[in-house]
Amino acid sequence: MSVKQRVQVRINGEDTEFLCESRQSLLEVLRENLGLTGTKEGCNDGNCGACSVVFDGRLVDSCLVLAVETDGKSVETIEGMAQPDSLHPLQESFLENAALQCGICTPGLLMASKALLEKEPNPSEERIRLWLAGNLCRCTGYDKVVRAVMDAAKKMKVG
Amino acid sequence: MDTSTSQEFAVVGTRPIRHDGFDKVTGRALYGADIRFPGLLHGRVLRSPHAHARIRSINLASAQALPGVKAIVTARDLALGSMSDAESQQTSSGFRYLSDNVLARDKVLYRGHAVAAVAAVNPHVAEQALNLIDIDYEVLPAAVNVLDAIKEDAPLLLDDLVTEELGTPSETRSNVAKHFRFEKGNVKKGFSEAELVVHRRFNTATVHQGYIETHNATALSSSDGTVTIWCSTQGAFNVRSTTAQLLNITESRIRVVPMEIGGGFGGKINVYLEPVAVLLSQKTGSPVRVLMTRGEVFEGTGPTSGTFMEIQMGMDRTGRITAAELDLYYEAGAYPGSPVSAGAQCALAPYNLENARVDGYDVVVNKPKTAAYRAPGATTSCLAVETVIDELCDGLNLDPLKVRFLNGVREGDRRVDGPVYRKIGYIETLEAVRDHPHWSAPVGGSNRGRGLATGFWFNGSGPSSCYITVNSDGTVSLVEGSTDIGGSRASVAMQAAEVLGIPAESVKPIVADTDSIGYTSVTGGSSVAFKTGWAAYEAAQDVIVQMTERIARIWETEIDKIGFSRGVFKSATDQSQTMTFKQLAGMLLKTGGPITGRANVDPGGAGPTFAAHIVDVQVDKETGKVDILRYTAVQDCGKAVHPSYVEGQIQGGVAQGIGWALNEEYAFNEIGEMSNPTFLDYRMPTSLDLPMIDCVLVEVANPGHPFGVRGVGEVPIVPPPAAVANAIANAIGIRLTELPMSPGKVLEGIWGITTNGRTA
Repeated sequence: MSVKQRVQVRINGEDTEFLCESRQSLLEVLRENLGLTGTKEGCNDGNCGACSVVFDGRLVDSCLVLAVETDGKSVETIEGMAQPDSLHPLQESFLENAALQCGICTPGLLMASKALLEKEPNPSEERIRLWLAGNLCRCTGYDKVVRAVMDAAKKMKVG
Repeated sequence: MDTSTSQEFAVVGTRPIRHDGFDKVTGRALYGADIRFPGLLHGRVLRSPHAHARIRSINLASAQALPGVKAIVTARDLALGSMSDAESQQTSSGFRYLSDNVLARDKVLYRGHAVAAVAAVNPHVAEQALNLIDIDYEVLPAAVNVLDAIKEDAPLLLDDLVTEELGTPSETRSNVAKHFRFEKGNVKKGFSEAELVVHRRFNTATVHQGYIETHNATALSSSDGTVTIWCSTQGAFNVRSTTAQLLNITESRIRVVPMEIGGGFGGKINVYLEPVAVLLSQKTGSPVRVLMTRGEVFEGTGPTSGTFMEIQMGMDRTGRITAAELDLYYEAGAYPGSPVSAGAQCALAPYNLENARVDGYDVVVNKPKTAAYRAPGATTSCLAVETVIDELCDGLNLDPLKVRFLNGVREGDRRVDGPVYRKIGYIETLEAVRDHPHWSAPVGGSNRGRGLATGFWFNGSGPSSCYITVNSDGTVSLVEGSTDIGGSRASVAMQAAEVLGIPAESVKPIVADTDSIGYTSVTGGSSVAFKTGWAAYEAAQDVIVQMTERIARIWETEIDKIGFSRGVFKSATDQSQTMTFKQLAGMLLKTGGPITGRANVDPGGAGPTFAAHIVDVQVDKETGKVDILRYTAVQDCGKAVHPSYVEGQIQGGVAQGIGWALNEEYAFNEIGEMSNPTFLDYRMPTSLDLPMIDCVLVEVANPGHPFGVRGVGEVPIVPPPAAVANAIANAIGIRLTELPMSPGKVLEGIWGITTNGRTA
């Protein structure tokens, strides 16, 4: 067994500490060590986006980040997206627009969409399609996903 | 013509928020890989590096010695593997194939074929242990595509396989498992009446369902001999019976808990990991979770068939199709059972033909055993038929839509394979194409073109079960056994709500485990909204009957003096005497106890469905890249229970069909190695590759269902490759006959290089 490393990281605003092997990805530690299973594994090689999280302000595939790299930094996951008493406008829009079917890619798509709208509050359809091209969805054909993001952008502007 | 459903509905046809939505947008929904137990062990599967080889020996000693390894299993641990040769020969070939596909005994038949499995303290140790298992293989020559596999001197995959030739077993061993024929009229006579005959050969690549969640199974075997399995499956009861059979366990001792499922599209009907996880748990006494990597999903689970198809069709000057002949060769993968039969039945289903012949061949090849994939078999045969019709229209200068009106099927017409249509909506679907602005809009621009194609799918049914318990607050809990791949909880719950006269939100649907609900056949064949919707409809009726009896007791009257409509019970004798569903629900416990309605059904009458797709493309003649500019999918969907999720099914099917048309393929070398088992290289459509996909729902009610429901999920994948091929031909005047129509293939077409036409 390899030696475990101690990592201190802020996850969804909470200071968290865990022990991990240096070969473990952030995805594996989130899911297996911390029980944050909302972040999904689809390929484990950075090609599907199901494991998208925000690491130190940047949208990343958590399967491509080593858990030890997060020491002293911050991570945001799907579990931190809703408030205790209300959903994030994107989550609401995904529900209202029927933008999910099986739902396995949904956490990743939501994290990616949130990162986009924080950067660009008013993206065009083309921008949304470009930004979400790293998140594969096999169920929806993306139509309702793109509409949901546009809808959420509108709501957030008004709100 | 009446294309609308005549009934008025309060809930069916509306668009409520899906019941499982909140959990799925917050990350709380638990999928198969999300389940965790104290003491959980992690399983990994060792797979063959060779496409075809005999296993001489397996040495587990080094792997077993690795610290952290808890158990290793091979085919010897399966019921079949523990039998003597004589005993195993007494079993059915179907059982042997099923067992050998889960863990291979003597031979591996594809690269990725499972051979052994390890349980260890963590997945990394399990992975290391796989590298320490020493297998001595005698590598054999491989037959990796259908044309190679049917050659006389082809390497034979299965020792016991002989061709079932038109219903009769033949004498000689072969890779052709089955040859069948459908025939109608006189094809020779039909061709003699044709003004133009087109003859084409098609090759299509093996493709994968591409669900984002990889396969997984967690099992816990207790010392009392009972077993619990948590997994992602389209059919929990199928997992139960298959596992019981392969491990020789009494079925009722196994409980299967279906977790949320991250896509299936047919590919999560087959059983791969569940028996392996059970074996590992039996050996260790601990819960064991076995996961596949993405590479294992590509190399070890069911793709759908690569095909070779030869077709000839004739048309007279008026546009009437005078004759059609098809020979369909479909890869089954390593064991018999390709979807060629469905492909053969669907190919000509939109047309009322006097003269036709379809021959189908089910061929084993050294590739993973194929699994169902959305409208299995229909997409490729549709490509052949719909592009040749388009070419005939071109040659005779006829409008392809008018030709489809002329030949299209109507109620009472008979399919080439036999069945006579009841009420169907093909013509109504064509009318919606004719009336759609997309059809009449100018295409505009150079190297741009428009294509039209139509398709058919049967839609399925099967046994299903449902019960509904009334809660005191006027809501109900609905328990069903159909795993929910794409929103079926909502469509089933809505059908119950319609009967009960309560809002969709007042129904709480739960997908239950195999101990908690009656037998429910797989989520497949576009059957759930129909069969489990029907079960919910009947269970809700049962609730109303029991509640009417209760009111009769409370009002001290006869049950036939009580009416029920839109959630309100009314006395027939005293107009002022009414009670709402909710009021009565609140009184149940004080008036005789709880009420649960139940239904067990196996309904016939799943009405078939048709799709007609219009697509505009732009072809870059320098790079060969094809862009989809505009897409309109018209579909007869019967009564759309939840129109948003019907649209979602259509849009998802179209996207998969476009991927199949333009990019997706198993890139196999001649020794049967897949060179692209990743999402980077197996190129599924991204959001950037697609436009919005417009849907037109044509609601021709299915007379075989109380609300007119037809299945909707599968037919949308049928026309896209044909529609795209027709659009490319319209854009650049070149007929492509291979899938995928990737940039390389488009350029070869432009340069006049034909790689197609390899003859059988």
